[in-house]
Amino acid sequence: MNFSKNYKNILLALFLGFLLSACATQTVKKVDSQIQGDVYTGTDTVEYLADGVPDRVFFATNESVLTTASRETLRKQAAWLRKNPDVTVVLEGHADERGTREYNLALGERRANAAKDYLMTYGISSDRASVLSYGKERPVDSGSNPLAWSKNRRSVTVKAN
Amino acid sequence: MKNKIKLLFVIFLILFPFKSLALIEVDITRGNLSPLPVAVSSLSSSENDREALQKELDIKDIGLEISKIVENNLKKSGLFNPLNKDAFLQKPDIAHLKPRFEDWALIKAQALITGKVNFQDEKLRVEFRLWDVLAGKEMLALAFTTVPKNWRRVGHIISDKVYKRLTGEKGYFDTRIIYVSEKGPKTQRIKKLAIMDQDGFNTKYLTLGNELVLTPRFNPTNQMVTYLSYFKNLPRVYLLDIETGMQEVVGDFPGMTFAPRFSPDGKKIIMSFAMDGNSDIYTMDLENRIVERITNYPSIDTSPSYSPDGKYIAFNSDRSGYQQIYVMKSDGSKVKRISFGKGLYGTPVWSPRGDLIAFTKLHKGKFYIGVMRTNGKGERLLTENYYQEAPSWSPNGRVLIFYRETKTNSKGEGFSAKLWSIDLTGYNERLVDTETDASDPSWSSLLSN
Repeated sequence: MNFSKNYKNILLALFLGFLLSACATQTVKKVDSQIQGDVYTGTDTVEYLADGVPDRVFFATNESVLTTASRETLRKQAAWLRKNPDVTVVLEGHADERGTREYNLALGERRANAAKDYLMTYGISSDRASVLSYGKERPVDSGSNPLAWSKNRRSVTVKAN
Repeated sequence: MKNKIKLLFVIFLILFPFKSLALIEVDITRGNLSPLPVAVSSLSSSENDREALQKELDIKDIGLEISKIVENNLKKSGLFNPLNKDAFLQKPDIAHLKPRFEDWALIKAQALITGKVNFQDEKLRVEFRLWDVLAGKEMLALAFTTVPKNWRRVGHIISDKVYKRLTGEKGYFDTRIIYVSEKGPKTQRIKKLAIMDQDGFNTKYLTLGNELVLTPRFNPTNQMVTYLSYFKNLPRVYLLDIETGMQEVVGDFPGMTFAPRFSPDGKKIIMSFAMDGNSDIYTMDLENRIVERITNYPSIDTSPSYSPDGKYIAFNSDRSGYQQIYVMKSDGSKVKRISFGKGLYGTPVWSPRGDLIAFTKLHKGKFYIGVMRTNGKGERLLTENYYQEAPSWSPNGRVLIFYRETKTNSKGEGFSAKLWSIDLTGYNERLVDTETDASDPSWSSLLSN
């Protein structure tokens, strides 16, 4: 009994130690994985439309091409929208601060449409998803650094009703 | 030797003020010219008139205040050096009748401005004279009447007349700037349309800040303004009459319209319309409401700007893969890329003189305001910074106003947006005073001629 309790404690200690080291490597990893190329891939600033359904996708500088991660997020959104046929959404497109205002308005619109098009290929009808570009007017991160910019280059799917 | 050249130059200037080879033209190639010393005497007035005007306007000495407006304008132009009034030997009223030129030459003034203010029948009557100190001659004499509350404009009109007489080019002082006033954190900026005199006075706010507003631009022929508003979360181009406050949506588009500007005759609005991820350029005739599509290309086409003769349009497109500047005929034909330097190019704005296009350039993480000829040759970068864009020309094509944003620190603090102006020469860069943070400036045409 005593022995097994001690054994348990040792196991627990070992387990905790393992957890800690896992955490340590994970934090290191997390910093690496927040920007891939120049696309944000972390979860900071990400909110959820529903349980397990992230509300936003991120883009590379001057790009509106969807990454693998973005497509996965949008497939989850499409699946959730198919299950909730009464929900309509607005796709809000954004750009970072490193571009002229007018071009960024157009770029935000292009990004939101890239996301909308993908939702449509997964069975969401066009009249359930409208598009609104904010250009660089509504950053989520006010920083002037690559990480902040990568968080701001985004399309956010927002419930409209 | 150097002084001799300067002296000769000034004599030349005074003898041939209307020749195109005036001060300004030389300034463009030489860049930095020592500013002309000018004495602006206080405008004289009778004690009775001064008291009456003090009651009316709450200003102690209106003649002095008007002379300060003139001094400030001339100084900010970078072409003149107004001398300190403490050194003046002659009283304003006597100087206005007959200046003792030796006294003014003694303090090294080369030009002298004198004047007189009367208050008659509820009207302000102002006369002024411009004197050539070295030649001992009157160069210009003018008088005008106006309502007292326009008294600051009197100072601006005098500045314009003096500027024109001494440089051979129209001035830009009796003008206004429309811009976007900004407040609040960067992530939730509150933006309002604001208008002020070119020197930062008489600020008025035209919207309340309930919705996002961007990119206001003056009609070059009247006091109408076009801008982008997010009213009801529908970003659309609006037309606003700043005298009456009446406004309306421009056209009936099923999506975002943006980047509006007037045609040089003020009869059309040119803008972008975004649909399905593609932005093209359209015009709407304000008289018959006819909408015309000008570009049709699967790329972002935006920031259109007409040439002053209305025959061409400069615009921004990423059809080559990246943001570049293009020029086409106003019907959309003969599209030609003109920017070929390193980096990205945006916001082309055609000079009111017609010979240059101002632009914003992004290269290696820096933003530049520059100018190039309309065929893209002769690119000249005027100023470099962390972030700046959206140049707008003074009506005489001598000065550019634009906005500049600061980099935030590691905590995301310290953001600001301010208006700046710079000479076409790349000299005389100045912060333009605004009551709040500011962006997207647009310069009006001259209010009077």
